[in-house]
Amino acid sequence: MWKFVASRLLQAVPVILAVITVTFFLVRVAPGGPFDSEKAVIPEVKAALEAQYRLDQPLFQQYVAYLGDLAQGELGPSFKYPGRSVNELIAAGLPATAELGLYALLVAICIGGVAGVIASLKPNTAQDYIPMSLAMIGICMPTFLLGPLLVLVFGIHLEWLPVSGWGDMPGDKLLPSLTLGAAYAAYVARLSRAGMLEVLSQDYIRTARAKGLPEWQVITRHALRGGLMPVVAFLGPAFAGLLAGSFVVETIFQIPGLGRFYVQAAFNRDYTMILGTTVFLSTLIVLFNLASDVLAAWLNPRLRSQFGEA
Amino acid sequence: MRSFICKLLTPLILLLLVGCSAGESNVSQGNREGILHFGNGSEPQGLDPHVVTGVPESKLIDALYEGLTRKNPWTLEPEPGAAASWTFSEDRRVITFKLQPEGRWSNGDPVTAHDFVWSWRRALDPAMGNLYAYMLYPVKNAEAYATGKLQDPEQLGVRALDDHTLEVTLVEPTPYFLQLLDHYSTFAVPRQVIEQFGEATDRFTRWTRPGNIITNGPFRLTEWKLNRRIVVEKNPHYWDAEAVQLNGVVFYPTENLVSEERMFRVNQLHYTNDVPLDKIPAYRAMPDSPFVEAPYLGTYFYLLNTERPPLDDVRVRKALSLAVDRAKLARSVMHDLVTPAWSITPPGTLGYQPPKLFGYEPERARALLAEAGYPGGEGWPGLELIYNTSESHRKVAVALQQMWKDVLGIEVTLSNQEWKVYLDSVSEMNFDMARRGWIGDYVDPNNFLDLYLSDGGNNNTGFSDPVYDEMILERAPQAKTREERFRIFHAAETRLMEEMPIIPVYTYASKHLKHPSVKGLPPNLMDFVNFKTIRLEPVDVHEFEVP
Repeated sequence: MWKFVASRLLQAVPVILAVITVTFFLVRVAPGGPFDSEKAVIPEVKAALEAQYRLDQPLFQQYVAYLGDLAQGELGPSFKYPGRSVNELIAAGLPATAELGLYALLVAICIGGVAGVIASLKPNTAQDYIPMSLAMIGICMPTFLLGPLLVLVFGIHLEWLPVSGWGDMPGDKLLPSLTLGAAYAAYVARLSRAGMLEVLSQDYIRTARAKGLPEWQVITRHALRGGLMPVVAFLGPAFAGLLAGSFVVETIFQIPGLGRFYVQAAFNRDYTMILGTTVFLSTLIVLFNLASDVLAAWLNPRLRSQFGEA
Repeated sequence: MRSFICKLLTPLILLLLVGCSAGESNVSQGNREGILHFGNGSEPQGLDPHVVTGVPESKLIDALYEGLTRKNPWTLEPEPGAAASWTFSEDRRVITFKLQPEGRWSNGDPVTAHDFVWSWRRALDPAMGNLYAYMLYPVKNAEAYATGKLQDPEQLGVRALDDHTLEVTLVEPTPYFLQLLDHYSTFAVPRQVIEQFGEATDRFTRWTRPGNIITNGPFRLTEWKLNRRIVVEKNPHYWDAEAVQLNGVVFYPTENLVSEERMFRVNQLHYTNDVPLDKIPAYRAMPDSPFVEAPYLGTYFYLLNTERPPLDDVRVRKALSLAVDRAKLARSVMHDLVTPAWSITPPGTLGYQPPKLFGYEPERARALLAEAGYPGGEGWPGLELIYNTSESHRKVAVALQQMWKDVLGIEVTLSNQEWKVYLDSVSEMNFDMARRGWIGDYVDPNNFLDLYLSDGGNNNTGFSDPVYDEMILERAPQAKTREERFRIFHAAETRLMEEMPIIPVYTYASKHLKHPSVKGLPPNLMDFVNFKTIRLEPVDVHEFEVP
């Protein structure tokens, strides 16, 4: 097991290094620079700014210097927000984004899992079609449509919930979590339905039924553990995806998260911020993938024994 | 497994229950406590007046700091700020400022003339990388120092005669100089704090953080949560603290217009930074409408690349401009919010009226195009219009594209570019026609007319006229009276528009939603907010019902 984790971590190093290298040179190729503005910049001022950010050095030298800083955990100063380091900006945005991602994941598991299991119990009947059609709508409905719709209904017409904010007022976390979680709930529903259907046709389920267990016990005791395996495998990448992809929801609800910084950094040509967030998020994705593999192995005895032999 | 599911569900259900009691709104709580809730557009870059450049930053800095003068929000005339009074020398080249005797930083230390001398040196230091250093160029030797041609800061035309007397020497009489003194790049910054956290010109220190920063304005910083809010409270050490009516202001980064409007509707904001265009008719129709609009000191126009055919022919440039029905555009696309522009300077800039050399003249436009060799659009080589990606720019471009097709029978293709790509195209003159906007930094025609100097960094059209340069650079500053100066500007601007290197489209307008409780916040040409004059007189509006 530890061998497996160690080897996966070692494999991650060249992957992340490749991400850094490609990102570093790609952002430099993009037209426009961090100091371009609508008003012409005096050449002397521009030169002074470039010197402050090491942009006057040859590109390769900048790259080596960046790797050196990175090795010490320094992501550099932000171009857009002078006086703030990228580390600080990530630290400021991460809690809200991680919390939002976590709640969205809970929404996805609760709603999606229940819908998927219900659908799988009576395949190809109304009990299957209705939740699955809803799931299809959930997958197709973009967050930038669902978010404002929920706000319109619950925030403005019914006045039950705040229209924006994060942690400023009671209940303001609910609509963003629902909005972001909805699409993932739909995926979870489809995955858990497929997983359950496969498991329910297995011999051990027939055995359980034959020995006279009530149906609900068959489902909760025997079927769920196997049936939800595909969902577990999906969770790691999903959480990473939620962190990286919450930009739209963060904008709709004015949430002070990482996603907004990330996308604005690209627009601003904030080189260090683009690189810093990319490195940070790619590291997270690698780690979450690994975590979900480990979790899947832990839940599945057959896989576990394979690790033991390896 | 069931208990596991229960554990997952409980927090969500709890969340839902707490959520159903929305609590007191920001506006009613703010009205009670004297706190203004202000939509400020976006997260500010920072709070160092010599580093930042944007509008949201300027709002915050105007609340926290104070320049030598402060604009009256009704008249826009400069009034005493950190300076209590000033006198001009006979030749109007030397100004002597007497600072407020009770002027203090927010920690109680006195604000002295030495603070301004040190700060102006810092603002002009090339190592500072201050994008607005040129605001101080009217000061003697400022340009030479800022561009590194002069090393000795002692030779700058600013010195402290004593703790409360500041003497400023100008290169030449500059009628708009007092206007520049309430621009944040000329503000004093606290030397004692800055040097405590690093070098004077270091952009990366923590001196502007809450707890570190001290300022000399009507408010002081208490909280700064990134992308969430910035809170300022009344500064008890401010020299005119008695005149300040608000107890504090909360600034929100409201980047998303639609969300901002929703926040306003449910009383989370007193004042919005902007209003979505499609909501304007509904708000206008409301009785006691919270919608406020005003002309804005800015012009929306298209740059023409006069170095590329067919735009190297002045007749083609004129034909394009004369074929634009600006009144129709303002009415149908812009909801009558803006006014048609016929030149670069917005009308009414300190009473100055720009020339109007043409109107919507489809017949003449067709004749000009025919003269240039494209009768009825025949043989037209095609043109590309670039604009930075935005729905409103697209609407304007589509409308003009159609007008050119209908009136002149020519095709213009549209191409939207991401912001930095667009900036790059414009500065490299890599375009046929490009959208452009210019917002005045100070109220004076000079701020618009010096764009088209031959070597102007913001010219971007290839327009070059030595006579024009001489009028703007030599003759206008020498003028004895405002009338004479404006006559020279008028003649220069006429020369400019006869060559038509740009197609003026409209004069900008500012638009906001303002809660009826807010008083002392008048609309003005600069969209300038003086937080000192704002007061709250509670008016209860449960919710804005927008039809």
